[in-house]
Amino acid sequence: MRLEYFQLIDRVVDLNLTDRRISCEATVPSVSTVFEGHFPGFPLMPGVLLVEAMAQTSGWLVSSINQFKRMSFLASVKEAKLRTFVLPGYVLNIESKLVHEGSGYAVLDAKVRNNGKQVCDATITLRVMEFPNQELAGEMLKMAARVGLTPEMALNG
Amino acid sequence: MSSTFETIANIIAETCDIPRDSITPESHAINDLGIDSLDFLDIAFAIDKAFGIKLPLEQWTQEVSDGKATTDQYFVLKNLAARIDELVAAKGA
Repeated sequence: MRLEYFQLIDRVVDLNLTDRRISCEATVPSVSTVFEGHFPGFPLMPGVLLVEAMAQTSGWLVSSINQFKRMSFLASVKEAKLRTFVLPGYVLNIESKLVHEGSGYAVLDAKVRNNGKQVCDATITLRVMEFPNQELAGEMLKMAARVGLTPEMALNG
Repeated sequence: MSSTFETIANIIAETCDIPRDSITPESHAINDLGIDSLDFLDIAFAIDKAFGIKLPLEQWTQEVSDGKATTDQYFVLKNLAARIDELVAAKGA
């Protein structure tokens, strides 16, 4: 996780476009200024960042389905449950499955596990639209490559 | 079996916490019921699921933006119900 850049996904572990699901991995950093405030003497991964990690994982799936030609933006979070504390150093597996692909939006069920134990889950709705500019379209491809997601995977996943 | 309008009205009442008896076939989802675009996503999701269709929201929005259609054609509920019936019929054709 690159908390300072709000990039919470380290790598895509599995992409299955037939089943419309994705699995990502992210390691909570051992040290971060985030933990100096949340909380002094008891560092915890903030729940909102876990929700963001589920949203970003869902976004990579929808981007892949759309072959990186459209952008996803978080629209709503429902039924978010933060089931247990997530501590610095935890290695998280984040999964998301497409529930429904609507016109201009997508609904996904996402969950986060640590060592096989489910730590949080939510239903995520993303708005799906044209890229607002070409700069973002290009940067998203670079970010996708950083997490191991290529346009070829989006075609063949 | 309830009518298309009844199904839509029930979805809107439940999704947006609007009294069911204030929702009529003449109601405009945006202008009369005050439904915003985010709530309409939830309504579209529920309608898509209930009828097994995909409301073409992007196409409708584009047509309104281009001046080729009015919001009344898609967001007055009796008209929305008619569009849904058309989509359901097209699916079964």
